[in-house]
Amino acid sequence: MAKLRQIAFYGKGGIGKSTTSQNTLAALSDLGQKILIVGCDPKADSTRLILHAKAQDTILSLAAEAGSVEDLELEDVMKIGYKDIRCVESGGPEPGVGCAGRGVITSINFLEENGAYDGVDYVSYDVLGDVVCGGFAMPIRENKAQEIYIVMSGEMMAMYAANNISKGILKYANSGGVRLGGLVCNERQTDKELELAESLAKMLGSRLIHFVPRDNIVQHAELRRMTVLEYAPDSKQAGEYRTLAEKIHANAGNGTIPTPITMDQLEDLLMEHGIMKQIDESQVGKKATEVA
Amino acid sequence: MSMTIDEKKAQNAALIEEVLKAYPEKTAKKRAKHLNVHEEGKPDCGVKSNIKSLPGVMTIRGCAYAGSKGVVWGPIKDMIHISHGPVGCGQYSWAARRNYYIGVTGVDTFVTMQFTSDFQEKDIVFGGDKKLEVIMDEIQDLFPLNKGITVQSECPIGLIGDDIEAVSKKKSKQYDGHTIVPVRCEGFRGVSQSLGHHIANDAIRDWVFDKTEDKRPDFVSTPYDVAIIGDYNIGGDAWSSRILLEEMGLRVIAQWSGDGTIAELENTPKAKLNVLHCYRSMNYISRHMEEKYGVPWVEYNFFGPTKIEESLREIAAHFDDTIKANAEKVIAKYKPLMQAVIDKYRPRLEGKKVMLFVGGLRPRHVIGAYEDLGMEVVGTGYEFGHNDDYQRTTHYVKDGTLIYDDVTGHEFEKFVEKVKPDLVGSGIKEKYVFQKMGVPFRQMHSWDYSGPYHGYDGFAIFARDMDMAISSPIWGLSKTPWKK
Repeated sequence: MAKLRQIAFYGKGGIGKSTTSQNTLAALSDLGQKILIVGCDPKADSTRLILHAKAQDTILSLAAEAGSVEDLELEDVMKIGYKDIRCVESGGPEPGVGCAGRGVITSINFLEENGAYDGVDYVSYDVLGDVVCGGFAMPIRENKAQEIYIVMSGEMMAMYAANNISKGILKYANSGGVRLGGLVCNERQTDKELELAESLAKMLGSRLIHFVPRDNIVQHAELRRMTVLEYAPDSKQAGEYRTLAEKIHANAGNGTIPTPITMDQLEDLLMEHGIMKQIDESQVGKKATEVA
Repeated sequence: MSMTIDEKKAQNAALIEEVLKAYPEKTAKKRAKHLNVHEEGKPDCGVKSNIKSLPGVMTIRGCAYAGSKGVVWGPIKDMIHISHGPVGCGQYSWAARRNYYIGVTGVDTFVTMQFTSDFQEKDIVFGGDKKLEVIMDEIQDLFPLNKGITVQSECPIGLIGDDIEAVSKKKSKQYDGHTIVPVRCEGFRGVSQSLGHHIANDAIRDWVFDKTEDKRPDFVSTPYDVAIIGDYNIGGDAWSSRILLEEMGLRVIAQWSGDGTIAELENTPKAKLNVLHCYRSMNYISRHMEEKYGVPWVEYNFFGPTKIEESLREIAAHFDDTIKANAEKVIAKYKPLMQAVIDKYRPRLEGKKVMLFVGGLRPRHVIGAYEDLGMEVVGTGYEFGHNDDYQRTTHYVKDGTLIYDDVTGHEFEKFVEKVKPDLVGSGIKEKYVFQKMGVPFRQMHSWDYSGPYHGYDGFAIFARDMDMAISSPIWGLSKTPWKK
């Protein structure tokens, strides 16, 4: 058996991390890979398309019921979905209470201690929005994910988030060996999106792994709580995810230590591509009515 | 012995230099500001204070939780104080600081009991507010005679953002306006227990005074009502103080907070005078009562007959001639008793040198008691004092006294080694270090399980204890036999 590959998907909230990752992992499983998905989001929707349902029994909700995480068995939390993909959701508190970050740490420790990673080729972590605290950085720490894939788009804030996540990776790159596997651009149909994504990847010392074009079929599949791979395996979009899966599969050991850029550099990048005009300092902070 | 004051100052200054040599440059520079030789006539002791302790040193300080739960709130006997968070903080502060109280523990009083929400991982992840509600319900079921509940926050509460205020309000409403006080005394706040005192004082203001106006309209005032503020009744200190005030004809309507009750706290704004013992931990609420309710406050010192006399007269000065005359009667009554104590112990203690390191008010307040016994305090310092403490200290210490703020383990050991005092007075963590050095030691936080030390009765016990420590034959046997 090949060495276990541990990968993680990060990116700005709402960018399509869960959709992209599940479709890609479904394609990987079509390639014969045994896969475990670890959802690290209190919303627990990282495995919905694989399981055809939102996971109800998260590690943390079951642990709270049972008393503590030590009272749980692996079978209690592991669900099997499309093509035998194993799915677990960390779960967490409702918004506004408790500490979801600590929940992620607890869950990942539980999975490791209970041998959840035995017999799989891939472990994939799907982590919420941004690296907001130490807990959500757990998957990029020592002995966890070796390759991080950042899902982004041509939108300013998505690129900003990608840069921030790179900073998080850099922090742990030297102590733990985590690498940036590459960027995945989930098309938003913004101006010069592909160019921008490629430039950003270059500046971050990485590369654009794949540019996933926008296609409504993804939406159709999602409404049926399915991946495109399952819903319409012969569609063009399924082919895109297959290509992405193959690229990731071939990307073992090619990760890099990212070189995050400053906000100014990011703005320069947008200007270079003509997305943003040279900032006229006299216009900063002016309302539209004032400018007119 | 025949050293001049200038020689003594030079020697102490050299000692500070020497002690600082052990530190890295940056640490030495910072610690230098906390060490000084007192110059008479200066407005303070010339040290920086209330500043974060340095990493790597062994500080004697506590945390904000210790200041609130351990000092201010803990002794209030008819309330239940929940240590909210993981079990350790509650476990290690269990049984309090020997804050004596009268009552049936577990029925109508709870000081030596320990209540904790005993956080588990799930409480961190999902928040502890639900558990807190359950605990309050259980408290109401199991201890129906409790007169109130406080929530003493441990560190994680502030990190995970538990809304203890909302829970307190909700439960207070459910239990017909039962006093429930959330206290934001997370240990990581501030530089020492001092901020915990302040937070606890503010919680009394916001959740007791401001919530309970006219809760006791039946309270009948007298012109002689006083409240004892900042006496935690360690070993019975507040009791041996209270009887003196009562002998003077004053009525003590509240004890803050040793052997105190929530009803006493609520009544205190009706006092004619607040008499303040521990300035550091309760000046905040005293100032507030002065501003809002017009209750004046006066600091007093009941350690040793000299200071007791001064204090009784100063307290009496706030009242009419009857009280003033009574104060003189009290002083006269105890004078021969005190003389007998001094006659007994002074010959054995005369000229003995003492070094202190304590919290609150004691680094200055006890100096008078030692001097009454003919002893001399040659070094002193505060765990968590502020500059106003060091200003007040100038009235007590002699010219050339060694002053050390937030002393570190290294500094204190070196100072004692070189100064060679006859007695060190500090806490349990320091006790065995110095006893093993062959130096007599008394715990000056807990009175070494003795006490009371306040008031005239307390002075007799104080004198006996100091003599017992210094004159014990054990010290003659502690010399290393293989060293001539």
